[in-house]
Amino acid sequence: MHMPEYTAKIKEISARLLKEKKVEMVIGFRKGTVPMMNEPCFVKMPEDVKELVWDSNCGINLANYLTDRKEKIGIIAKGCDSRNIVTHIIENKIKREQLFIIGVPCKGMIDKNKITSMFENEINEISEHEEKIIVKGEGFEKTLNKNNVLQKNCKICIHRNPVIYDELAADLLDEQKDIDRYEDVRKIEAMAIEDKWNYFDEILSECIRCYACRNACPLCYCPTCFVDESRPQWVGKSTNPVDTRTFHFLRAYHCAGRCTDCGACERACPMGIKVRTFTKKLEKDCLELYGWEAGLSLDERPPLDTYRPDDPEDFIK
Amino acid sequence: MRLINIDKKSWTGGLENLYGNYRLFGPVKNNKHHVFKELSKGELPDLNYLNTLLSPKSIVFSQSETMFEYSLDESKEQHHILKEINKDYSPQALIGIRPCDAASFQLVKRNFDTPEYKDPYWLRAYESTTFVGLACSNPCSTCFCTSTGCGPFHEDGLDLLLVDEGENFIAKILTPGGENFIKSAGWETETDPVAAEKIIKNMKIKAEKKIASFVSTDQLKNRSAIDLYAAPFWEEIAFACINCGTCTYACPTCWCFDIQDEVSKNLGIRMRNWDSCMFPLFTLHGTGYNPRNTKMQRVRQRFMHKLKYYVDKYDDGIQCVGCGRCIRLCPVNIDIRRVCDMMNKYEG
Repeated sequence: MHMPEYTAKIKEISARLLKEKKVEMVIGFRKGTVPMMNEPCFVKMPEDVKELVWDSNCGINLANYLTDRKEKIGIIAKGCDSRNIVTHIIENKIKREQLFIIGVPCKGMIDKNKITSMFENEINEISEHEEKIIVKGEGFEKTLNKNNVLQKNCKICIHRNPVIYDELAADLLDEQKDIDRYEDVRKIEAMAIEDKWNYFDEILSECIRCYACRNACPLCYCPTCFVDESRPQWVGKSTNPVDTRTFHFLRAYHCAGRCTDCGACERACPMGIKVRTFTKKLEKDCLELYGWEAGLSLDERPPLDTYRPDDPEDFIK
Repeated sequence: MRLINIDKKSWTGGLENLYGNYRLFGPVKNNKHHVFKELSKGELPDLNYLNTLLSPKSIVFSQSETMFEYSLDESKEQHHILKEINKDYSPQALIGIRPCDAASFQLVKRNFDTPEYKDPYWLRAYESTTFVGLACSNPCSTCFCTSTGCGPFHEDGLDLLLVDEGENFIAKILTPGGENFIKSAGWETETDPVAAEKIIKNMKIKAEKKIASFVSTDQLKNRSAIDLYAAPFWEEIAFACINCGTCTYACPTCWCFDIQDEVSKNLGIRMRNWDSCMFPLFTLHGTGYNPRNTKMQRVRQRFMHKLKYYVDKYDDGIQCVGCGRCIRLCPVNIDIRRVCDMMNKYEG
C-alpha cells in the first residue's frame, strides 16, 4: 500500500470514529507549510478529517501529545509511537480505555537534515512515489531512493508495525531482519576514555539549550525537569559545556529502559545534534543486561522500576 | 553618499587590511550549516549563503554573557562587591549580514535603548559594530521580509550595503561608519553613482519579485487586544507546540534574558542568558504561582507580543523582520505566517 492509500484509510477511520462519537478527537498530522515537515494536529469534527495526511514526514512522536489528557482520543500510531503509548499506559500517563489506536505499519521517515545537506540550493518541494523521493528546487530536480535518506533510527528499526492497535490503516509489514542496531554505539564504546569525552563535547558544542530534544520526547513529561528546578538549582543555565553535558547525559539516563529510539529528539534538534548517541547506549545496555526492549508489552514492568534477585550486578564495583 | 566598486580580486586584500582595525565576523559554513563567527586572520566569510541557521544577534547580545564578578572571601577587602568585568568593545564589523538581520538590530534597539533605560552591554557592543550588509538576491521560500517593512535590499541598520554583481561588489556607503570601513580596507575605486544606483535598483526589483511569501498585518492595530487574547484559535495553534526555545533563540528580534548568579568556591559571577517565553520558568513567581502555566498561554504570549502588543506600543509594524528562521526550524511546523494572517483576519 502506498502513502495516499494510507492517508485515505486514516481519514476514513477517523471520520467514522468521530461520527460514531467513539472518540472526542483524533490526533494525527496535517500537511506542513514547508517541505519535509508535517504538523501534529487534532481533529474534532468528521468533516475536518480531510486535513489529515500520512507520508514520510510524520517523524514526530504523537504519544507526546497524549500525556495526562482526559478525553477519549483516536491516535495515529506508527511502530515507535505505539511503543511509547504502551510506555505511557504503564507509567499512568494515559489509560488504555481512553484510546482508540489507529495503527500505521511504518515504512520509515525521511531525514530532512540529510536531504537538505545534499543540495546547495533551497528545496521547494518534495513528493514521494513508492520508494522514490522527488526533490525539487530552483533549477534542479532529483529523484532519491527513500531507503538512502531514511532517518537513522528508521533505517535500523525492527518494530515498524504498531505493537498495540484497535484498527490498522494498512496491512502489516515484514519487519526488517538481520539489522545491526548498535554498530555506532560499539564504535564509541571502543574509544579511549579521553577520546570519548572529546567526542561527546564535540557533538554537544553547538547545543543552544532550547530543549527541543527533551520536549519532543514522550518520555520527558516530568512536571518540572531537573534543569528547570530553581530551588535548589541543580544545573547552570548558560551554555557552559559542563552544564550542557550534564543536561544531555542525565536526560539520557532518565530515558534508560524507556526509550524506543523513535528519533523525535534528533529530528527536533534545530542544530542537527546527534542526541540519539546517548540514549542508544542506554538502550543497548538495557537489551544486553535485561533482554529488554521498551514498550513491547503492557504486562511487563520496565527493568529499572523492578527488582529481581538475579538482576545483573557486574557494573557495581 | 559614495558608491565604491570592489573588484573581488581585491576582496581578500581589503579584509587583510581591515583585520588589524576591526574584529571581523562573518558567515562561515561549519560541517552542517552557515553560522556567524569571528573570523581568524586570513579566514574569509562565505558570502554564498542563503541565510545563517541562527541570527547574528548573538554577536551583540551573547546567549550567555558575564556582567559582574565578585569574591565571597571575607578576608578580601572588596568581598561581596560586584565588579564589572572588562570586555573587548574595540571596533568590530559584521560582514555579510542580510538586510532583514540588520533591520532586527534597529528593532531590538527599542528595547535596549530607551529614554529611561539604557542597557550598557548591548549598547556598547552595538556601538562598536559596523554593519556591512549583503543584499539578498536569492531569498528563501520562507522569507516574507517585504511584508514586515523590510526587504532584500533594505538599508536600515546598515553602515554599508554590498551588492554582488558577480565579478565585483558595489558597495553603497550609508553612514560615516561605513565610510571608515571602506577607507580602512583600502577599497577606493569610486563608481558612477547614477549608473550604480540604477543597477542596484534593477537587482532590487528582481529580488523583491522573488519573494513568494507574504503576511497581512494591516488590521492588527485595529483589532482589540482583548478579543485577540480570547480568540478561539489559540488551542489549535498551540496544539503541536512542544514549548522548546527554538523559535525564540533563532529569532533575531527576541530580546528576553534572565539574570543568574553562579558561584564556585569563593568566586561568583553574575551573568545573563537568553530566556524564552516558551519556558514555564520564564514567568514562575517566587510564590510558586505561574500566571502562564499552560502551553497555550505561552504560545499566545509569543504571538501576541510580536504581532499585537508591540504593534500597539510602538505603532511601527510587527516585531518581526520576516527572516523565516522560526518557520524553518520549528520542530513541529508552527508557522508565524499562518498565525499572523489568522490574527489579522479575526474580527472578534
